[in-house]
Amino acid sequence: MDPIALSVDDLTVAYHRKPVIWDVEFDIPQGKLVGIVGPNGAGKSTLLKAIMDLIPRASGRVEVFGKPYHQSLHRVGYVPQRESVDWDFPVDALDVVTMGLYRRVGWCLPIRKKHRDAAREALARVGIADLAHRQISQLSGGQQQRTFLARALVQDADLYLMDEPLAAVDAATEAAIVELLKQMQADGKTAVVIHHDLQSVPDYFDHVVLLNMRVVATGRTQDVFTNENLQKTYGGRLTLLDEATEAMRRRERGI
Amino acid sequence: MMGFDWNWQLDGWIVAAGMLCAVASSLLGCFLLLRRMSLLGDAISHAVLPGLAGAFLISGSRSSVWMFVGAVIVGVLTALLSDFIHHRGQVDEGASMGVVFTTLFASGLLMIVVAADRVDLDPGCVLYGAIEQTPLDKWEVPGLPFAVPRVVVVLSIVTLVNALFVGLFFKELKISTFDAALATASGFSANLIHYVLMTLVAITAVACFESVGNILVVAMLIVPPATAYLLTNRLRTMVILSCLIAAVSAWGGHVMAIVVPSWFGFRSTTTAGMMSVATGVAFMVAFLFAPQQGFLPRWVRQQWLRWTILADDVLTLLYRIEESAREVGGHPATAPGSAFAVTAAPLAQTVPWVAETLLTNRLAVKWAMRYLTWRGRVRPVSAKDGGADSGPAEGGGEARLPVLTEVGRREAETIVRSHRLWEQYLVTKVDVAEERLHAKADRLEHFTDREMQDQLDEQTDSPSIDPHGRPIPNPDQP
Repeated sequence: MDPIALSVDDLTVAYHRKPVIWDVEFDIPQGKLVGIVGPNGAGKSTLLKAIMDLIPRASGRVEVFGKPYHQSLHRVGYVPQRESVDWDFPVDALDVVTMGLYRRVGWCLPIRKKHRDAAREALARVGIADLAHRQISQLSGGQQQRTFLARALVQDADLYLMDEPLAAVDAATEAAIVELLKQMQADGKTAVVIHHDLQSVPDYFDHVVLLNMRVVATGRTQDVFTNENLQKTYGGRLTLLDEATEAMRRRERGI
Repeated sequence: MMGFDWNWQLDGWIVAAGMLCAVASSLLGCFLLLRRMSLLGDAISHAVLPGLAGAFLISGSRSSVWMFVGAVIVGVLTALLSDFIHHRGQVDEGASMGVVFTTLFASGLLMIVVAADRVDLDPGCVLYGAIEQTPLDKWEVPGLPFAVPRVVVVLSIVTLVNALFVGLFFKELKISTFDAALATASGFSANLIHYVLMTLVAITAVACFESVGNILVVAMLIVPPATAYLLTNRLRTMVILSCLIAAVSAWGGHVMAIVVPSWFGFRSTTTAGMMSVATGVAFMVAFLFAPQQGFLPRWVRQQWLRWTILADDVLTLLYRIEESAREVGGHPATAPGSAFAVTAAPLAQTVPWVAETLLTNRLAVKWAMRYLTWRGRVRPVSAKDGGADSGPAEGGGEARLPVLTEVGRREAETIVRSHRLWEQYLVTKVDVAEERLHAKADRLEHFTDREMQDQLDEQTDSPSIDPHGRPIPNPDQP
C-alpha cells in the first residue's frame, strides 16, 4: 500500500448554515493523479478550499502526509479557478509565476534574480516563455491557465490541489497541461484535480473521487468510474437530505 | 504668471502638509483600489469622526493622543462591522458599508454639535479641514534649527510609516491583493494584511483629517491611484506614479487656490478643495490622454486603423481592376506597369464608382488616393499613359483613377493573396457559406501578417486559385 498523501475524514462545510459538503471522507495515495468529479454545486471547489483551511469547516479532520494541514503547508500547492482572480491586475505573467515562490522567499525579503530565473524556467516548461513580460489581461484564456500552472510548478510542492485547470482552455493547452500533470506524477507528485469533462476522466486520471455533497465513490478509476456510480453522482440527488437541510435552514432563520 | 506673494514660511508649510497628506493617502489608496475597496477607505475616513468626537468629549483637548487612538479604533471597527454585517446579515457589501459609516459619521456629527457649546470644533472644519492654519501651530523639533508645524511633523511620521509598510511588505500586499487564497495558502495571512492595511487607512485618515478635512481625504485615497492605474500596467510603477500625481496635485492645488479665483476677481479660495480639484483634473487628463487606455489615443488608433484599411481597400480595388482588364479586355496581359489595363476595363471607373464599391464617400477615396500617391503606391495617369485607348467610357470629365506603381502592386498582391487564401481556408476548413465568404475574408485580410499567411498557405495546400476561380498571386514568385 502506498503512503497516504491526503486524508480527509468527516469533513462538513456549511455556507450560511446550509451544508455544502457533508461527511466527506477519502484517502488519496501518494503519486496518483486524482480527478474530483461531480455535478455543479456538488461542493468540489468548497472541498479544496476546506482542505486548505481557506473557509471554516463545521467539522472534520484533514491530514496531509500524515500531519495536520498547517504543519504540511509548504508541501501543498494550489491552483485556483481562473475566474477567481482579477486579470486586469497590473502585473505581468512573470510576476504571477514568481508569486509561487513568495513562501520560500519569506516575509519582507525582495525577489532576487534566482527567483526570477526559476519563474522563467517554469514559464518555459509550460511553453509560454516568450510571454513573460506581457500584462496578464493580454493573455488568452489558455495562456492564463498555463501561467497559473507555471506558478504551481515553481511552488515545488508534493501535493497539488487544482480547481478546474482544464476548464475553457483550447485543445493544445489541454494536451500540454495533461502532459505536464503526467510529468509531475512521474516525479512522484500527487495531484488532485477538479475535472468537468467525464469523457476524458479515464484517460487522464488513475484515481477518482465522485462527489455530490458527499463522496459517492472513491478509488481506482477502473474500479469506481462505472455507469452505476456516475448515475448515483449525477442522477440521484440526495433529495431527502436536501429537503432536511433546507427545512433545518428555514427553521433556524425563523421563516 | 506667478503674480502672487509666495511666502515660504506660510505657503511652504501648507504645501508640505498637503503633499504629505496626499502621498500618505495614495500609497494605501493603490491597494484599496486594486482590492475594489476604495469605498471602504471612504467609509473609514468618515467613520473616525465619532472616535474623534468621543475622545474629544472625554479629554476636552484637541491634540491629545487619546483622540488619535479613539479615532483609529473606531476606524478599524468600521471595517470589522461592515464585514460582519455583510457576512452574517447577508447584506450586500456596499450597503453594509453604507449602513455602518453613515451611522457612525452622523452620530459623530451629533456628538460634535453637543460638544460645540463647550469646546471649539465645528462641523465645517471637520468636513473641509483647515490646512491654511497649518503654519500657526508649531513645534520645536530636536535637531532642527527651525520650528516645524505640528501637522507637518505628524503627517511626516504617518507618511514614513505608510511608505515603510508598502516598501517592506510590497510583495505580501501584491500577492494578498491579487490572490488572497494563494497568499493564505503560502503562509501570508490575507486577513492579517487586510486588517493592518485598514488600521493604517484609519491612522492616515485621522492624521489627514485636520489638514484636508474628512471628505477630501477620500479624494487623495481614490483619485491619484485611479489616475495611475490608467497610466501603467505595472504595480510598482502605479504606486510611484500615484504618489507623484498626488504630490503634484497638492502643490498645484495650493497655487491654483491662490491664482485661479483672482482671474475672476475673487480672493483666494480653500486650498484643500483646490487640491482635490487638481487630482480630479489629473484624472481627466489621464482619462483622455493615457497612451494605452486613454480615450483620445484609443480614438486616434481606431481612426488610423479605419484609414489604413480604406487605403488598403482602394489599393486592392485598383489591383482587381487591373487584373480583370487583363482578362476581359481581350488584350494579352502586357508587362506590369502598363496603364491601358485600367482604361480598358468594362465600367466607368471613376472616384464615385470606387466610393460606391467600398461603401464610403468620395472625399475619403480621394484622400486615400492622395495618401497612396504620397507613399508611392500609386501614381496619377498622365496623358501618354492613356494613349489611344482612352475612350468615352472615362465619363463626364471625372478624374481618372491612378495606376499602381511597382511597389504598390507588390503590396496589393500581398493583401489580395491574404484575401484569397482566407477564402480558400474558410471554404475548406471552416465551411463558411459561399455568399458570406468575401465579407469575412475582407475583414481578415487586413490583420494577416506574413507568418499567418504562410500558415494559411500550408494548411490549404498552397492553392493557386481561390474558391471563385481567380488566381492567388504570390509576390515572391513573379
